[in-house]
Amino acid sequence: MEEFDAQVDATGLNCPMPILRAKKALTGLASGQVLKIIATDPGSVKDFEAFAKQTGHQLLQSESAGELFTYLIRKV
Amino acid sequence: MNTIAGSNNKKLALIATKGTLDWAYPPFILASTAAALDYDVHMFFTFYGLQLLKKKLDLKVSPLGNPGMPMPMGMDKWFPVAGTALPGMETMMTSMMKSKIKNKGVASVESLRDACLESGVTMIGCQMTIDLFDLSPDDFIDGIEYGGAATFFEFAGESDVNLMV
Repeated sequence: MEEFDAQVDATGLNCPMPILRAKKALTGLASGQVLKIIATDPGSVKDFEAFAKQTGHQLLQSESAGELFTYLIRKV
Repeated sequence: MNTIAGSNNKKLALIATKGTLDWAYPPFILASTAAALDYDVHMFFTFYGLQLLKKKLDLKVSPLGNPGMPMPMGMDKWFPVAGTALPGMETMMTSMMKSKIKNKGVASVESLRDACLESGVTMIGCQMTIDLFDLSPDDFIDGIEYGGAATFFEFAGESDVNLMV
């Protein structure tokens, strides 16, 4: 059972919008809180890995089911 | 809060030189993404790139002199090159491009530019170009700075990534 504090729906959005929306949402969270992002952009898989690596936020989960990609990111 | 730009201590310097709808994307996509990755971002707009700073953007795309541009119905395969200069072609391709952008969930240039501004990207307009083309700073969005080549190098010299688009 996944738990999260906020959610971003980035379905239908293309690069770089999923990252920009996630960044904006993370800004409003406290350290340790978890953000869930749903996207349909296949490029977002690599992009969220790169985002986590460069910002220090923790990518807890990266899953794909059909055309949907789901991510859980814990704010550093 | 990690809203402070540049908290990963990296810097991006980017020069935007083009003023068409298609070429408006790379600078704003890269700058907004870099800002989201906590880069400290400076954009320098020169020559036709200054069009990207106008309050009211009226950017167009042209198939003229652009053999790499895919055209609808395979027109680029059989259409004579001179045909791309026909009156109305630019307007047609611009509206087709805009509807494609919308359909594919690609952000508008305006929203990417707004994302840059919101995340503290510094935008600098080239003073020399403004003088050269008799442009009016009144036509440009608020919050931008003006300067020249030396101003660019002030931050480019200490940037980790330097790009010219």
